[in-house]
Formats: sequence, structure tokens, C-alpha cells
Amino acid sequence: MSTAVLSQDTRAVGRGRPGVRTTLTPGSSLGLGIAMVWFSLLVLIPLAAIVATAGDGGWSGYIDTFKNPQSWAAIKLTVGQSLLVTAINVVMGTMIAWVLVRDRFWGKRLLDLVIDIPFAMPTVVAGLVLLGLYGPESPLGVNVSNTRTSVTLALAFVTLPFIVRTVQPVLAELDADVEEAAASLGATRLTILRRIVLPSIIPAIAAGAALSFARAISEYGSLVLLSGSLPFRTEAVSVRVLSFIEGGNRTAAASLATIMLGVALLVIVALDILQRRVARRG
Amino acid sequence: MIQRTRLLALTAAALAVPAILSGCAASSGSSGDSDSVSVVGFSVMKTANERLIAAFQKTDEGKGVKFTTSYGASGDQARAVIGGLHADEVHFSLEPDMAKLVDSGDVSKDWNQNATDGILTDSIVVFLVRKGNPLGIKTWEDLTKPGVKVVTPNPESSGSAKWNLLAAWAHAAHAPGGSDAKAKQYVTKLLENTIAMPASGNDAMASFLAGNGDVLVAYENDSIASRAAGNDVDYVIPDDTLLIENPAAVTTDATPAAKDFLDFQLSKEGQTLYAKAGFRPVIDGVQTEVPGAEDPSDPYPTVKTLYTLNDDFGGWPEADPKYFGEDTGLISKIIAGLNIGG
Repeated sequence: MSTAVLSQDTRAVGRGRPGVRTTLTPGSSLGLGIAMVWFSLLVLIPLAAIVATAGDGGWSGYIDTFKNPQSWAAIKLTVGQSLLVTAINVVMGTMIAWVLVRDRFWGKRLLDLVIDIPFAMPTVVAGLVLLGLYGPESPLGVNVSNTRTSVTLALAFVTLPFIVRTVQPVLAELDADVEEAAASLGATRLTILRRIVLPSIIPAIAAGAALSFARAISEYGSLVLLSGSLPFRTEAVSVRVLSFIEGGNRTAAASLATIMLGVALLVIVALDILQRRVARRG
Repeated sequence: MIQRTRLLALTAAALAVPAILSGCAASSGSSGDSDSVSVVGFSVMKTANERLIAAFQKTDEGKGVKFTTSYGASGDQARAVIGGLHADEVHFSLEPDMAKLVDSGDVSKDWNQNATDGILTDSIVVFLVRKGNPLGIKTWEDLTKPGVKVVTPNPESSGSAKWNLLAAWAHAAHAPGGSDAKAKQYVTKLLENTIAMPASGNDAMASFLAGNGDVLVAYENDSIASRAAGNDVDYVIPDDTLLIENPAAVTTDATPAAKDFLDFQLSKEGQTLYAKAGFRPVIDGVQTEVPGAEDPSDPYPTVKTLYTLNDDFGGWPEADPKYFGEDTGLISKIIAGLNIGG
């Protein structure tokens, strides 16, 4: 939810870019200092170290990674499945958020609580639960273990809450009066959804989609038991990176990680651009 | 004014960083009392070691000795020790992990100069099958029959999975009439029958117990532990298989208590406790009942043909790059060439 707010904020700052003037007071500059140190220690320095390690192999390191058919298959699988799952989440997550905010029904509180379980559960446990439910001894008679569908399933499970949780508060804040006014002026439900509701929640959906995608391409725990990690078929990038580390090839591990970093950045930027376009049109 | 406060904030921040970092360093290096032992081992050893530690603490040498333990994937543990994890004794799944610590200076070069050549526990590669062995799996050749579904961990991510595939290789290469060409063919067929290659031995076991596959290529000790835990599985010892040897050593800055503990682990009492947990003793004269073994009163029958890394593969320093080198290894190339499904 904070991400949704955040993305709107950055937009506002972005618009006022010409002649940026600092608003820092003594207190807030101390805050900024602490925030930057914390951020650097946790994120910037480790990321720089990965990129630097990947740089050991020069450009040929990256080219080798792409040329290795097994790594390339893992990249294709992971990115493809993550995009698919993100698309599913955009629809399903928004729908769940809508139901949770707009409708009243028995068990709503419980559903609201249960949504977060994929966040709270260790992902290896999630993998085990999914394997029990959709594996060879499935009580439902559905066995997807060791197939690509199992990857979709595992990723969908662990990323489910992101869009629900980003869209929900924005939807709750939305003024019903505007929709009523539109309806009284003769707008159809579809028009209201398209012209009033969607533009307001698109930034939240985009923020949730970015989180969901980023989470999906990095997923490891829930996949290890369910997907079987078969090279060329169900081996995800995270497992491949682990193999490189285990084999003592840190440069290859780092260059594969850096490639995924680039992919994540690309998708996050693309989602941001898309979100701005749609929001402006609305 | 604002400029100055910002400078102040940045200075404060810059000062804080080394302080925080040195704080971490100080706390991690604080262990190392003379009567404490920090054991860093590979994951399967956890249960067995708990019993050994309890028994050691009842001996004269072990009285009052405090233990801290850390268990995880063998390769991860080796990297952790090199990265600064304090260890008095290390126990790995396979020798190349020990070699990393010799290279980094954490373990002395002559670590393997003892009666057991540095080996603390033994096991063999076996086939774990469903209760009653419904497919009648007995030999390596049975694993490559059409329709048999095999699970084995991935040797690229699991150092210990290397034992499994080397056992398969040895079967086809070193049995009478065998050759490297036949071994290549055999391992290819075996991997074609493989329906899952989980990242570690534990993951492979979990996957098999969840119902995946007909056969899990596994260690004898894991199979015994799994049966002792009440799982509905049996294991089959093939006529020819590979001896698994897990090395252990004290580190260069180990406490005297750590050396006593290693001596205890290698003693008859220690080896008996390991035997009860499923490991083949590395010394002679150990007799005990083993719950979970196929025949608890004769838990470790002699294998007709037992291949070893040293005799059949020229030792790990030669075998590791030859079979598992990233682009050149004979087995790595088979995996890369599988191109399962496209």
C-alpha cells in the first residue's frame, strides 16, 4: 500500500523537475542521511558487488551466459512464467481487492486475513503444501509436479497478495460520490469503470505488478520441491545461479544475476511508463 | 545552513558505517573458549551428531564441554567457514569441500594423515523404492528400463549428488566388459528416465516421499533414516555400487576439546553411535542393531563389488573436473546435451 502512495509521490516530484528546490530541514536531512546509509548497506553496496563480480568476466561473461543453452532456457522459463503470473495477478488480484472492498459477505474478514498467508509462510513450506495438493498423491487428482505448470502454480501462489494489497487501500479511499454522480449523468457501469475507477487504481495495479514480477523472477523456495528443476524444462534461474555458486563459478552466477537485475529494471520501468500513460489518458 | 546540516548528516552517516561493520565483526569472532567446540557439518549429520555430542559429554574428556553446531548443504558450509564462520571441527559430504578449506588455510594440509585417511563416516549409494519394491528393482540396469521413473538430485547444485552419478558411471565403466563409452550411454539413459533433479539430497528425498518417481538414487544412511522415521519405503543394495566417504577434520585454530571430540567420533563408541544412525563404520569390529535397516541385525551387508573414488576414479582432485567440470565434464556434458523437451 505504501508503494502505491510512493509511486504517486514520485510522479508529483517528477512534474516539478525544472528548478528542483530542496525542502530539507535539519531534521529531515539527518533522516535522509540515515535512510541513505541504511539503503546503501542493505541494497546498493551488495548490488554493486554483484555487478562488479559479474564484470570480472568482462562482456564475454554475459555473452557466455546467453550462449549457454541451459542458462538461456532457464531465463526464458523464468521471465516467461513471471510475466504470465503477473498478468494473471493483475486480473485476479484486482478482482479479489474489489470483492474485499466493495462487497459485504460472510467470511470477508477471514478472507482478508488469509490473503497474506503466502507472505507469511516460508516458501519451502509453500512448495511442500502445493506438492501435497497438486503432486503425485493429490487428493484432487491433479498432478502437475515436475512440469512447467507447476512453476506457474508456485509463482502464482507466492505473488498473489501483492496486487491485492496495493489495490485494496486505494480502492477503499475512492469516493463513491464520483461514481454515483457519473451514474446519475447517464454513464454506463462500464464507462464508470473505465473512466473513473481504473485511472485511479492503475498506479496501484502497476506498483503491485512490479512487485509481483520482481518476486516471481527471484523465487526459489517454493520451486525446489515442486518443479523438479529439470534442466531445459523446469529449471528456474535461481536454481541455475545456485548451481553456478555450488560449482565455484561466481562470475557466471553474478552475470546471470545481473542479467535478471536488468530484466527486473526493464519491466519495472515499462510498467511505470504504462501506468503514467494510462493515468494521463484517464 | 541547510548545506551545513546536510554535511553534518553525511559525516554522521559516514562515521556510523564503520562502527556498525566493526560491531558485527567483533561479535562474530568472540567464540573460541578452550572448552567449547563449534561443529560445522553437512545437513544429514545433525541427528547423529546430537547423540554423539550427548555421549561425549558423559566421558571424562567431554565433561563440561560446550557445543555450538551448524548444519547445511556441504558446499554452503565450506563457503561459510571460508567466509568467517567460526569452526573447530568441520565435517563435509565430500572431499572437494575440505580441499577448499585447505586452500584457504582453515584446515591443515595433513588433515587426512590418520588411521582412516581423514574419513569419519561411510555410506554407499543405494536405490530407495516404494514399500515392497513393486517394480522389482534390483540392479542398475533396472533403472534404465522404459517407464521407470528415477529421482536423483542435480550434481550441478548438490555436491553430494555427484556420488550417485559416479556410482552409475562406475557400474557401466568399471564392471567387467565396461568402458567409458558404455558409461556415457548408460548415464544418458539413466538421466532420460529421470523425472526430477531437485537441488539437494534433502529436496530429492522430500520429492520422492511426496510420491514422485519409482526409484530415488540415495545414500544408504538417508534411506535407513527415512525408514526409521516410519516412511513407507524400502531400499535395495545393488551388487555393485560406490563407497561414499565423508571427511572430517579439526581446523587450524581448533580447541583441544575439538580434537578430543574427533577422537571420540572415531572411537568404537562413536562409530557405534554413527552406525545406529545409518552410517557404515570406518573402523573394524563395530557390531550393533540398526533400526530402519532392511535387516536390523545385519545392517551393513558386504557389497559384492564396491567401487571407491580413489581406486576407480583416481581420487576427487582428478574426478571432480573430469566428470563435473562446467563445460568439459563428462557428466556435465550429458546433462547439458539432454535438452529435455526442446
